Amino acid sequence: MTFLYNYIYYIGCFGLVFIGLYIILVKHNLIKIIIGLNILDTGVNLFLISIGYIKKGTAPIFSNPGINPNRMVDPVPQALVLTAIVIGVAVLALALSLAIMVYQHYGTLNLRKVKQQRW
Amino acid sequence: MIFISLLVAGMLGAAIVACILKDLLTAVIASCVVSLIAAILFFFLQAPDVAMAEASIGAALVTAVFVIAIIRTNRYEE
Amino acid sequence: MRKIFSLIILGILAFGIWYSLKNIPFATHKTKVGKYYVYKGIKETGATNIVTSVVVNYRGFDTLGEVTVLFIAAIGLGAILATRKKKKRKEIEKPSLILYTGCYLLFPLILLFGAYIFIHGHLTPGGGFQGGAIIASAFLLRYLGCPERKINRKASDATESLGGLIFVLLGLLGLIVGGYFLLNFLPKGVPNLLFSAGIIPIIYIAIGFKVGSELAGVIDNLIEESK
Repeated sequence: MTFLYNYIYYIGCFGLVFIGLYIILVKHNLIKIIIGLNILDTGVNLFLISIGYIKKGTAPIFSNPGINPNRMVDPVPQALVLTAIVIGVAVLALALSLAIMVYQHYGTLNLRKVKQQRW
Repeated sequence: MIFISLLVAGMLGAAIVACILKDLLTAVIASCVVSLIAAILFFFLQAPDVAMAEASIGAALVTAVFVIAIIRTNRYEE
Repeated sequence: MRKIFSLIILGILAFGIWYSLKNIPFATHKTKVGKYYVYKGIKETGATNIVTSVVVNYRGFDTLGEVTVLFIAAIGLGAILATRKKKKRKEIEKPSLILYTGCYLLFPLILLFGAYIFIHGHLTPGGGFQGGAIIASAFLLRYLGCPERKINRKASDATESLGGLIFVLLGLLGLIVGGYFLLNFLPKGVPNLLFSAGIIPIIYIAIGFKVGSELAGVIDNLIEESK
């Protein structure tokens, strides 16, 4: 039971990473691959935030300037993950526009049929 | 403690549902549930800025962009 | 065949991750940089939200790079989806009276809420990116509920360019006044007031406008001719 308490967050985020990787490697519909990319991205962000957590810590915000800063959570991973979430959305929007163009050009989104068409 | 374990189990269950289904619209809604539970877990890890960013960007705008892309292509996986 | 291969690769990856992570304990102090930012954050920048001071002041150049990446993605999407011939829009049924009255009432309230979040970014949790996403979802509501379904493209492009330009100009002003790019040259003031922390609220207001109009433009490009 103490093993579960220590590692429940790690199990959660690595489960998401492995499910996302499985979708990208095995499935052959283009939009499903992009859904897998989104799940992988969410898992990695969760892992980065759970590295910076301290037991019984508080959020790094001084609501009144007399708060004891000894038990505050690490603020550097939170700043990096904020950037990573926005860039994930930008990449996803660009990938979906390319998928729409593939559908208009080939008529199907199945990657096996798209690879077999020659010029 | 039990609550956090239930949330993590729900998140993994929703991700497996998004992998298995053949109806793409339901798979997108399952991925939105994953993003929402991740925002709640960010709040339990004492990170309110990141929770707000994930809830507004990851759960709302990404789902809207996916649904608009599915309208312009097929709905069912072949 | 493909499934067995991928399961073997994932198994090797899982073993590697477990082997390298079993010595890192959960929920203990790990780094020293975080402690420096928490202890000296208020005195050096004046913002009470430490994550905001890290994002805008200590690591401001990374935020400039992120804004550039978002800009490139929006331009790429507009360039890929551009069509030359104008298709006729199919007629769909108009929304009902309750729906578009509700949308007209809700639209300024959501804009006000988003503006509140990015103006108070240095005092409470929030900031430019979150407020910008809320403004973009207000424009998405306008697409779904109101009978005329378009936004003013020229105004949104002008707002986006102006936001990015203000960010770069503030950095160059810091270079001219002090000695290095993105120097905090305005007075720091008393912490926990609205007008404090130098140039941090001005940068977040510029980022909020830019991200909001950018994401609204992305949605407008995708919806065009999709009915």
